[in-house]
Amino acid sequence: MEEIFAKFVSQKISKTRWRPVPFGSLQPPETFATGSWDNEENSVSLWCIGDFCNLSTDGGLEGDHQLLCDIKHHGDVIDLQFLDQERIVAASSTGCVTVFLHHPNNQTLSVSQEWIGAHYHIGPCSPSYRSAPCTGIVCNSPEIVTVGEDGRINLFRVGYKEAVRTIDNADSSTLHAVAFLQTPGILTVNSIGQLKIWDFRQQGNEPSQILSLTGDRVPLHCVDRHPNQQHVVATGGQDGMLSIWDVRQGSMPVSLLKAHEAEMWEVHFHTSNPDHLFTCSEDGSLWQWDASTDVPEKSSLFHQGGRNSTLLAHPSSNQLNVNHSLISSWLSTDPAKDRIEITSLLPNRTLSVNSLDVLGSCLLCGTDAEAIYVTRQLF
Amino acid sequence: MEELDGDPTLTFIPGVNSKKRQMCFDWGPGEMLVCETLFKKKEKEEKVPGCPLIYIVRKDIDVYSRILRKLFNESHGIFVGLQKIEEESTGKSRKAQLVRVSKNYRSVIRACMEEMHQVAIAAQDPICGRQYSSQVSILSAMELIWNLCEILFIEVAPAGPLLLHLLDWVRLHVCEMDGLSADVLGSENPNKHENFWNLPGNTQTLTELELKWQHWHEECERHLQDGTFASNPHLESLCKVCRVEIMLGDDNALLEQKELLSNWYHFLVTRLLYSHPTVKPIELHFYAQSSLDLFLGGDSSPEPLDNILMAAFEFDIHQVIKECSIALSNWWFVAHLTDLLDHCKLLHSHNLYFGSNMREFLLLEYASGLFAHHSLWQLGVDYFDHCPELGRVYLELHIERIPLNTEQKALKVLRICERRQMTEQVRSICKILAMKAVCNNRLGSALSWSIRAKDAAFATLVSDRFLKDYCERGSFSDLDLIDNLGPAMMLSDRLTFLGKYREFHRLYGEKRFADAASLLLSLMTSQIAPRSFWMTLLTDALPLLEQKQVIFAAEQTYELMQCLEDLTVGRPEPRKLGGQRSQEDDVETTKVEMLRLALARNLARAIVKEGTLEGS
Repeated sequence: MEEIFAKFVSQKISKTRWRPVPFGSLQPPETFATGSWDNEENSVSLWCIGDFCNLSTDGGLEGDHQLLCDIKHHGDVIDLQFLDQERIVAASSTGCVTVFLHHPNNQTLSVSQEWIGAHYHIGPCSPSYRSAPCTGIVCNSPEIVTVGEDGRINLFRVGYKEAVRTIDNADSSTLHAVAFLQTPGILTVNSIGQLKIWDFRQQGNEPSQILSLTGDRVPLHCVDRHPNQQHVVATGGQDGMLSIWDVRQGSMPVSLLKAHEAEMWEVHFHTSNPDHLFTCSEDGSLWQWDASTDVPEKSSLFHQGGRNSTLLAHPSSNQLNVNHSLISSWLSTDPAKDRIEITSLLPNRTLSVNSLDVLGSCLLCGTDAEAIYVTRQLF
Repeated sequence: MEELDGDPTLTFIPGVNSKKRQMCFDWGPGEMLVCETLFKKKEKEEKVPGCPLIYIVRKDIDVYSRILRKLFNESHGIFVGLQKIEEESTGKSRKAQLVRVSKNYRSVIRACMEEMHQVAIAAQDPICGRQYSSQVSILSAMELIWNLCEILFIEVAPAGPLLLHLLDWVRLHVCEMDGLSADVLGSENPNKHENFWNLPGNTQTLTELELKWQHWHEECERHLQDGTFASNPHLESLCKVCRVEIMLGDDNALLEQKELLSNWYHFLVTRLLYSHPTVKPIELHFYAQSSLDLFLGGDSSPEPLDNILMAAFEFDIHQVIKECSIALSNWWFVAHLTDLLDHCKLLHSHNLYFGSNMREFLLLEYASGLFAHHSLWQLGVDYFDHCPELGRVYLELHIERIPLNTEQKALKVLRICERRQMTEQVRSICKILAMKAVCNNRLGSALSWSIRAKDAAFATLVSDRFLKDYCERGSFSDLDLIDNLGPAMMLSDRLTFLGKYREFHRLYGEKRFADAASLLLSLMTSQIAPRSFWMTLLTDALPLLEQKQVIFAAEQTYELMQCLEDLTVGRPEPRKLGGQRSQEDDVETTKVEMLRLALARNLARAIVKEGTLEGS
């Protein structure tokens, strides 16, 4: 991995996302969006990098990213996703979900739609409603699914004022993140170490499946699904542990990998190269995990022993080996055979890396030290 | 107490009529709250509506500047890196490292200055533009001072190289001189002057320097005689200056060219170059003082910047820091510079009034200022970490006061506390969050927070809530939580009870009656169940007692009866109040009677069953 460029941007970055490239395009991504947090006035900003930046800069460094436009955002930006090429959805700490529209002709952002009060608390102590932060968003145009600290799941459709579907009290704790699982299914993770699968086709307010951590029910903060093998799911926990699950069977993780020293904020499978996984954490590091089996020498980092010495190899995964030829390298759990190589990508320890995104060979991350790091030469 | 070095600045609070009203105020960590008041109410005073606003007065506005934030963030990284520099490396390698750190700090200041300059030029509003420009000049002054300190205190250049460093210093900072060089470079003999100004670095020895100087003198002489510069008066006068100065060693000649020199330190360095190129560090302050006096010539008094530079030339580090503290509005500069100088082992452990040394005092002040900012508090944490005496206490006090409006922020604060084993703060923050969660009916979150803080008392509270809900509604809410407590169940007895009770219901639902029965009994006999709940448990036992098959063995039935008696023995007899018995008491008595009956019948059946031979 070659050069990584850092730039200080005077705001703590909570989320960074590459703008998706048009389908079939071979160009690397050139634009990304960031959301800030903990400012008196937060903003959602759009940046460009590389040759796309026609803005003149006095001796701008190669690889330097430039601000294209930004817009004020009410409350902390807790999650950010691109709905499509022009629209960005932001989740706010005020419980609001906003869709921003980018106008490329005059390089501005404007609010296209807003769902205020998407997440709120009603409790015995609060007579009127009190807003709750919206913690996670996932989009599949034109649908947007949001989850929040109120344990609620909302399904919105762009252009419709009311939520298409709402599951109240889906969880008794905070839902931290959501991901799609073979739509119309979604996955959520919560503060008590559970992974829940929901099917919107079903009428009830109950999840269709609940999987949970063994041992300490450490809160899970992020979730991502393998791009090709829909049953393989990775989650990151508050103790920095990476868990790999097989949602087709069992109710426990297939493997637990001791990783970071503090909360793991995001986990991403690489979309075109899914043997690679990326995680970033409160401990100020960003790791690349390489589980491809063709590299000869690697080190094994399986979680060994400890009080929770139970789940390393799920017994039924051996059957998996027999029945299917294409096995995900993530599910095979033989410590002797399968090794995972881990690389730390940031040059030096910094404050928390809150977010990362990877598309093609381009990696992007934002930190609490108010810096954005970009590299376009990952592999 | 130190004497006041100047008059305090006056700040007018808009909207408050200071002639008719008074103001009251209160200090915060970095700011002041001010509002209008009237201490003595005079009855004759007409009721004029006063100013209804409360004002926040901040001294340190730099912290809110968007461009300066980059300075704070980048320098934080350099600071943390500096603290980690190996102690064992001594001598040249350590010095080289420290010089590198100093240059890093300076480049950060320069980068900020550049950006601020761009913004100043592009500013639409002239007032804004002026503000930015003044900020640029402050940053420029800071870099000037830092650079000089680097040369004199960190680089510690000996005679010879010292002058070269000073030349670089002046050249870098004096725009007019750059302008002059550009002028000069466009002339007939640019080489001469390039050679003059672009002297190579420390590699030169004294003799080489003297030789060059001699050569230069001869060249000047020759050019003047040839009249080479007759066409360019600037160059001619410069040449004359050189020759005259060299020949007469006269400062006055140089002074006549005052308009070519922008300030006294430019004058100083130029003068040293011509007459005392091999000046030693300890001699510097003589020349500095005289340069200052000659240049100002009694017209004006020295400015704060001049005093600071003079103190540096006198190698009085403490004076430099003191003057900078007074002149600058923000602790950033003095804190970082002092810390760096302390790493060079240049500061005597100079105890201040309350026991910590100067470096620590400045770092504490700076970091406290950061904590007053809504966002930069995260940087302050690392600064407190590196203050051995009082850093931890300061951190403990500050971190509890950070407002926590989202869980994510709370998690970051908790992580900071846990890393430093600040268990008290962890507990108090988790308690606040757990209480909020209970109020919002997020019992799962509340439990999650109590688990993190290992707070058994709160876990008991949450369990009681669940049990209360169960009693009211007859069913459990949040089964996903209670069914999945895991090892957290051991955190508090009540929580264990809750988990086990739910398990009882599950077993009953699965028709595993024997297991359910023994579980139920164990809940009571092991004293895990709270007394208040025993009636409910016994009532739950009723359907098991009424089943066709005998579930409770005789021994178990005896134990149940014992529990019932324990429960009822303390109860007073329901009294007839004016001939009316309360309904509740009625229900209670009926329940107890039913239980006694059921227990007795079960006992009978159990004895019979156990008495008969098996299989017959």
